[in-house]
Amino acid sequence: MSELSEIYQEIILDHNKRPRNFGELPESTCSADGHNPLCGDELTIYVIVDGDTVCDIRFEGQGCAISKASASLMTLKVKGKPLAEVKEAILEVCDMLTAQEEPADLDALGDLAALSGVRQFPMRIKCATLAWHTLKAALEGNTKTTTE
Amino acid sequence: MPTHAAKPFDSEALRSDFPILKTKTKGGPLAYFDSAATAQKPSSVIEAIHRFYSQENASIHRGIYDLASEATLAYEKARETLAQFINAQASHELTFVRGTTEGINLIAQTWGRQNLKAGDTLLLTRMEHHANIVPWQLLAEEKGFNIEVVPVNPAGELEMDAFETLLKEHPVKLVALTHVSNALGTINPVKDIVKKAHAAGALVLLDGAQAIPHFRVDVQDLDCDFYAFSGHKLFGPTGIGCIWAREEIWKPLPPYQGGGAMIQRVSFEGTTYQDAPVRYEAGTPHIAGALGMTAVVDYLTQWDASSLEAHEHKLLEYATAKLQEVPTLKIIGTAKEKVSVISFVMDAAHPHDLATILNEEGVAIRAGHHCCMPLMRHFGVAGTARASFAFYNTEAEVDRLVTGLHKAKDLFNV
Repeated sequence: MSELSEIYQEIILDHNKRPRNFGELPESTCSADGHNPLCGDELTIYVIVDGDTVCDIRFEGQGCAISKASASLMTLKVKGKPLAEVKEAILEVCDMLTAQEEPADLDALGDLAALSGVRQFPMRIKCATLAWHTLKAALEGNTKTTTE
Repeated sequence: MPTHAAKPFDSEALRSDFPILKTKTKGGPLAYFDSAATAQKPSSVIEAIHRFYSQENASIHRGIYDLASEATLAYEKARETLAQFINAQASHELTFVRGTTEGINLIAQTWGRQNLKAGDTLLLTRMEHHANIVPWQLLAEEKGFNIEVVPVNPAGELEMDAFETLLKEHPVKLVALTHVSNALGTINPVKDIVKKAHAAGALVLLDGAQAIPHFRVDVQDLDCDFYAFSGHKLFGPTGIGCIWAREEIWKPLPPYQGGGAMIQRVSFEGTTYQDAPVRYEAGTPHIAGALGMTAVVDYLTQWDASSLEAHEHKLLEYATAKLQEVPTLKIIGTAKEKVSVISFVMDAAHPHDLATILNEEGVAIRAGHHCCMPLMRHFGVAGTARASFAFYNTEAEVDRLVTGLHKAKDLFNV
């Protein structure tokens, strides 16, 4: 069960059970639907961008523990942050999940480092990246994206 | 086909014929519950393919030398063997394709293109695999015919009253449906459907991909018009399957793909074509695959089919009872007539998480929409976890599945 405890770390289980910033955000300035056609999972990211700042962010939809926890952790990471920093974080997390080499400095990622266990489960990486791709799409003005 | 008396079910002997069941995964034996996606292969099938490429390889239908003529004979023998296996009247009624998907596309693009037009109705069901939806949608976009859908009840059975009403209220030309649901295991009352469809003047196409691995199929007894199935779900190789139709249905149909083998004479003034089945087998076919299918039929017919079926049924009942004991687990698809396929969801964990956790236990199940998005929507889920059994599975393996599910429940702490 050692690999299992890598992927289902306490932080992941907690965010799956009690997702933060979950629900609709009616006054959002941009939003996007993310879809993983392999499993049918769907999630919607709502964002309020004011000037250069992501003032608020929420998500809703149905998905596995990995996709839910990833979305929940993402909202905590980017809420209140300048757009440039948010875009940087999207790149950083997607890199961490997909790069050949394990990132040298996981600690710098804070709670997001909990997602790195997914790296050992190639079939689940798209579950973890879905929220981040969807946020990227929302910020770029696209309303739909898929993991394919 | 062997003529000696068929052997009764013998778990140990059967399992020893499937080399993959001896492999280790996660430090233990593999419990393979994804036969509905693709079934495992007996040694004799693997050896037939190996033998072809190492000793018998040649292209068919053209070469004069011995190897080519033997390959041609063996390929046509495969057609004959499979035709007999489904009790077709003649072997030339059976066309080799890549699988069920191509079989249905072939019929859509030949029979469908010739016969379905604006004003006509095609009847599908809510439980179809995407392979029996999308080929028709593609054609309907072009031809403008209407598609109606037979609904499914909460147990996952077809609503037969609604079927009859749809038949009455629409000019139905074709009913295309699955013999057995890949996602739920439901066995549809296809003989009754064929009878009613024929009485209404409609033809019937059956997607047999999930039926033929579980019980013997007799196309004459079913009295259907088209029957499609895949080799790899029937313990055979991938990339080969069959589409069957009666001779008089094939006769007026136009070609599908153009190329070598399917022609009589080619000229720039005009080309003429072979008759079915060669008309539909353009290019060099999957010869090794066809020979693998002969080996499949030889393998399966060694065994007494009813005793294999009885074992699978027992396994289904055993697993159903055990799974129902798992807290928060709900079985999706509780039809009275089912093959050994169980779809389920758990409040505690998403199907993907279940599949990952079970994988750590060496238990292989499927999670997702099973290429049945309309059916998943009917049940209000994005996907399910699915355990599908074959005759080589055992109760001890089912116990490992159940243990894994309890672990998942504990991990997610619900």
